[in-house]
Amino acid sequence: MKSYETVIGLEVHVELATKTKIFCGCTTQFGGLPNTHCCPICMGLPGTLPVLNKKVVEFAVATGLATNCKITRHCKFDRKNYFYPDLPKAYQISQLYYPICRDGGIEIETTAGKKVIGIHEIHMEEDAGKLIHDPLENCTLVDYNRCGVPLIEIVSEPDMRSVDEVIAYLEKLRLILQYLGVSDCKMQEGSFRADINLSVRKIGAEEFGTRTEMKNMNSFKAIARAIEAEQKRQIELVCCGGSVVQETRRWDDGRNTSFAMRSKEDAKDYRYFPEPDLAALEISEEWIAEIKAREPELREAKMLRYEKEYKIPEYDAKILTSSKKMADLFEETVEICGRPKEVSNWLMVETMRLLRETGMDAEELLLKPEKLAVLIELIDSGKINRTVAKEVFEKIFREDIDPELYIKEKGLLMVQDDRLLKEAVERVFERNKQSVADFLGGKERVFGFLVGQTMKELKGKADPGKVNALVKEALQNHIR
Amino acid sequence: MDLTNLAAIELGRWIKKGEVSVREAVAAQLAAIKEKDKIYHCYITVLEEEALVRADEVQEGIRSGKYTSPIAGVPIAVKDNICTRGVRTTCASKILENFVPPYSAAVVEKLWQAGAVLIGKANMDEFAMGSTTETSYFGATKNPWDISRIPGGSSGGAAAAVAAGEAYAAIGSDTGGSVRQPSAHCGVTGIKPTYGVVSRYGLIAYASSLDQIGPIARNVSDCAAVLEVISGNDNRDSTSAPQRQYHYQEAIKNGIKGMKIGIPADYFSDGLDKNVRDSVLFAAQLLREKGAVVEEFKQKTAEYAIPAYYVIACAEASSNLSRYDGVKYGYRAPEKDLGELYKRTRSEGFGEEAKRRIMVGTFVLSSGYYEAYYNKALKVRAVIKKEFENAFSNYDILLGPTAPTTAPKLGESLQDPLKMYLGDIYTVAVNLAGLPAISVPCGLDQNGLPIGMQLIGRPFGESDIIRAAYNFEQAYRFSARYNIQNKKEHIENI
Repeated sequence: MKSYETVIGLEVHVELATKTKIFCGCTTQFGGLPNTHCCPICMGLPGTLPVLNKKVVEFAVATGLATNCKITRHCKFDRKNYFYPDLPKAYQISQLYYPICRDGGIEIETTAGKKVIGIHEIHMEEDAGKLIHDPLENCTLVDYNRCGVPLIEIVSEPDMRSVDEVIAYLEKLRLILQYLGVSDCKMQEGSFRADINLSVRKIGAEEFGTRTEMKNMNSFKAIARAIEAEQKRQIELVCCGGSVVQETRRWDDGRNTSFAMRSKEDAKDYRYFPEPDLAALEISEEWIAEIKAREPELREAKMLRYEKEYKIPEYDAKILTSSKKMADLFEETVEICGRPKEVSNWLMVETMRLLRETGMDAEELLLKPEKLAVLIELIDSGKINRTVAKEVFEKIFREDIDPELYIKEKGLLMVQDDRLLKEAVERVFERNKQSVADFLGGKERVFGFLVGQTMKELKGKADPGKVNALVKEALQNHIR
Repeated sequence: MDLTNLAAIELGRWIKKGEVSVREAVAAQLAAIKEKDKIYHCYITVLEEEALVRADEVQEGIRSGKYTSPIAGVPIAVKDNICTRGVRTTCASKILENFVPPYSAAVVEKLWQAGAVLIGKANMDEFAMGSTTETSYFGATKNPWDISRIPGGSSGGAAAAVAAGEAYAAIGSDTGGSVRQPSAHCGVTGIKPTYGVVSRYGLIAYASSLDQIGPIARNVSDCAAVLEVISGNDNRDSTSAPQRQYHYQEAIKNGIKGMKIGIPADYFSDGLDKNVRDSVLFAAQLLREKGAVVEEFKQKTAEYAIPAYYVIACAEASSNLSRYDGVKYGYRAPEKDLGELYKRTRSEGFGEEAKRRIMVGTFVLSSGYYEAYYNKALKVRAVIKKEFENAFSNYDILLGPTAPTTAPKLGESLQDPLKMYLGDIYTVAVNLAGLPAISVPCGLDQNGLPIGMQLIGRPFGESDIIRAAYNFEQAYRFSARYNIQNKKEHIENI
């Protein structure tokens, strides 16, 4: 096995976050009752014509610029012809001959070091509808809501050699897309999906081996498993004197295995030809410059700025910028309450912990910056202590409660009144005469016990520093 | 007098003056259709009730000043591949026999806003594929000049309706000559505008890069008036030209002194019928007498236009017609299995000619053949375009026959499709180059069948060809010389 290397290229389909579809004014919103987000144009009724959504072009160009691609100044659409009920025109409007972006690449970093993964091209196309099998009626129904939702397909060069590189590439790509705001990249909803082209060859070989295309992975973990399984399958085939068949395979994550869908022989002939219903798209220097000027701050720039502007460690900056949502949350919270390091701590420690626990993706965070800011101010003003704050934070995270109201209702405000605190200390001393005596007798570690008991007496709602001081003061009074 | 003999804008004037009510005009038109369409079969659908309701609405609109166009109140036919909201639009195909579009084509909206009255949906070759109107699922249309002959096609129903007095004007579509050739065969006038002048929104596509909607009428002025109404930018059609409005009616009045007219010598080679040749050359002579400078020139690419056209048109058609699969609308064969459903629906739903072109188109786009056929055809198209550009650096317009012969007998053409395709020799190059062209009647042959002359303009040069055609029309007076009613007389005179 060691003498083989794996060669991987990816085709990533990204659903763009435009409000309307690529060729008509229908909403792109996910969900919705079947066939309610469509019109005669996206359903391809006879006589209707497509009109290109300019925003799609701008998103595609922005992606191309952020991935160092050349923008095709004279770009065209082509028709990809095939019959299937989810494709109402029986052709998909896509780009074959003149894709909008070409010859780019992004740098990734793995434990093996830095490496540039080439991007062969990025092209624009429309999504198809969805078939739903109705087991009751034993028939298949079609939902055209997704028809005409804009996609870009990002085709990499076969530059990746390991699972680590693939995941690093995908994560980097996803971050770029999210930072650009061109897609929410939700794998579960299919707005970010990757097909894997994989082959194996003897290390040092010049020629690529025969490749397979793997489809149907809906998480990074599934992608990693699919790659592991497929490289193993291919190496075993080649080692045993067999050969890999060029085919499309479907990954079954539940069974941790893949199945052949169709071989090259029965690959469809899509009969691509230039789309005559759309004029050629001229992308001017000015338009590109305009899109470039609107490019939001990307991750690298943001990291550097965080270190400089907010004086937080590089480590913090890296974690905070690991998702656009998290970075936005950080900046918005700091904007309200200042205290960048404190905000960073809450996001890096508690937020990350809860994300792991709930299995949520950072992009799905519902946490509102206003609430985190209020919480931090409550701590700063001494109204609650950190232990209580953690409990309140978890409530905010999970249930979006109002922290001030919650604290009031649950009586979690810290006891501020010195008299009440002193009374609590006295009650504790009264109940623990022996301990007090022990302390006075020289057993100094009893001090901690007495502080703990007092905190308990106050149900944790006190500033531990203050309680510390009061217990010390009371003991000194006993000495006298 | 018979109201239906009036020209379109003439009727418009009468209505405006209050000499005729819109209802009277519409009723007279419907009566004529009732009487004549049994013989000619120009229509797939006649909008009897709708047209009468519309007549009253238009009358009121004219009174209130809502409708001011020269065709307000005028009954107009629309080819049945142009979508009409709520009215079935069949493309003369079984596969769309009961298709009722939930929207109207841009041209239908424009006609509506101009106060025109939609009188019916005109017969055509199935999916506009054919030159005879015989491939219609609903049966052939007969040529009003001789019912043993075809009216031309594919807008044969539209042209025949205008010729027979079953419509004052009609809207056709022209992919390779489908407005001009039937206009020539039926002795009426038809314009194929520059690609992009009229919105294709709502025109059921045959070959998208060639299709263009155009008017058919009894004279040049009517054609110009209707074209003025239906032209202009439409943001629903990405291939629509930017100009919002065009004006053609004024240009008509000017003379043609000094206009440079080129005659491609190759258009007058062996395949051309002698009567057609003589009539067209006579027309050229008339134009010369009116002050135009007419001369012959060589055009080298003429013979390549037909193969290039059929490759490109069929390729686009094979894709455009793929959506008729029985899944969403239209004819559906009773099959459970998806593959069988597709196969049977399309085998039974399409006629022979449509199937032939779908197969040709599928073939030329197939991997391994794309370069040799489709891509080569695109290159030829570019060369043809270039040659026209060169010609227009020397001439304002080009002149030639519209079709090599007059209307053939019914049933003759389909026996030899290749021969039928060759009949498009003078018209298809114009579509490949996206140019405007007009066909005007310029004589009758020995059988008393109309002959058409084609004038081709530079891109957006509609005004030039309309002006030349009008000047010719005024000099030749075809309608005054000949009409269908006393055809026998004409034959004796020839």
